[in-house]
Amino acid sequence: MLYLRLFWTFFKIGLFTIGGGYAMIPLINAEVIANGWLTQEALLDFIAVSESTPGAFAINIATFVGAETGGFFGAVCATLGVVAPSLIIIFIIAKFFNKLTEKQLVKDAFSGLRPAVAALITYAFITLTVQVVFNTSSLSDWAAYKNPDRAAIGIFAVLFVISLIKIPFKGKKVKIHPILLILLSAGVGMLVYGVIL
Amino acid sequence: MNEETRTPSAPIKLRDNAKLYFKELFTLFLAFFKIGIICFGGGYTMISLIERDVVEKKQWLTTEEMMNILAVAESTPGPISMNTATYVGTKRAGLFGALACTFGAVLPSFIIIFVLSFFLEEFQSLTWVSYAFKGIRCAVLVLILNAVIKMFRNVEKTVFAILAVLFVLCMCLFTDLYIVYTLLICAAAGIIYNFTVRFVKYARGYKE
Repeated sequence: MLYLRLFWTFFKIGLFTIGGGYAMIPLINAEVIANGWLTQEALLDFIAVSESTPGAFAINIATFVGAETGGFFGAVCATLGVVAPSLIIIFIIAKFFNKLTEKQLVKDAFSGLRPAVAALITYAFITLTVQVVFNTSSLSDWAAYKNPDRAAIGIFAVLFVISLIKIPFKGKKVKIHPILLILLSAGVGMLVYGVIL
Repeated sequence: MNEETRTPSAPIKLRDNAKLYFKELFTLFLAFFKIGIICFGGGYTMISLIERDVVEKKQWLTTEEMMNILAVAESTPGPISMNTATYVGTKRAGLFGALACTFGAVLPSFIIIFVLSFFLEEFQSLTWVSYAFKGIRCAVLVLILNAVIKMFRNVEKTVFAILAVLFVLCMCLFTDLYIVYTLLICAAAGIIYNFTVRFVKYARGYKE
């Protein structure tokens, strides 16, 4: 039964993706390609597309493989499968989280974890900046640092300033909505790379 | 309503007020649907929207709570956007809240990828689309940078916190250690540090 197999395969993939979607690529290789659901080239193409569409990589790849092999219901089953483990685990954690965080030991542990989270996001920012500005996915690709994408740096600087400005709106001063910023950046990208360059 | 005086509303239960409960489910669904739309390039982009909608506007979470959840989300299976959605949903409206938030967060990418799966090759060869995405990648950087700034404002300004930040950054940049282990080390360090601080305070008080 294809639908059940899709669900179960992606349930396993969802269960073992800890700390970011790309950690699951080896597992996808083993499960999806071994099953003959996708070729290696199709997977690489899809990773490129997934980077430019919204949504977590894990969910995107599940929807895509499901749709390719089993149509709409295949996509539904695979996506449900990949979401189910974290849904169950976090639901259970959330039920006890408030009581847990009242405990001194847990409070102490989180006082060490909060700076760690800030550092993790900083790290994500560094790797993404290198990716966008220098067009390389490896931080130690020294040759790539010689050719920065100046247009990208310019767009980034302008958008950053725009994101800090407070605009009067309905009597309140608000910063630009993130979704609006994304739409604006799409337009700016087309203008800069398509028309100017 | 006045921004300053508003307090976070209590979670709603189905048996108390069914109409309000379903309204809350819909609000939760919609909030995370928006967050699902914005999750470009990894889950961190959504922090900007969680901060804006879930923390500041709806006050379903405090910033400190959000950072706690992010720590949990990093060390449990699943994408952090899904984990945060499930957590907020459970906290606000139990199991159905968790389902509403999680499906809200999944739906945008489900629809987009399902539609794209029919013409993946054509999509890749559209040069204008690739230009637009080059721009979007810059916006993603801006949103994550803003999240970084916000996070550091909320980190306690102690020597311990600064050392923890530097430790994690070095671990990520210079080693391949599994991120969960780094987080476990930080949790243990937090426990030992706070215990030592309390012990030193106690010992000083004892002397006097």
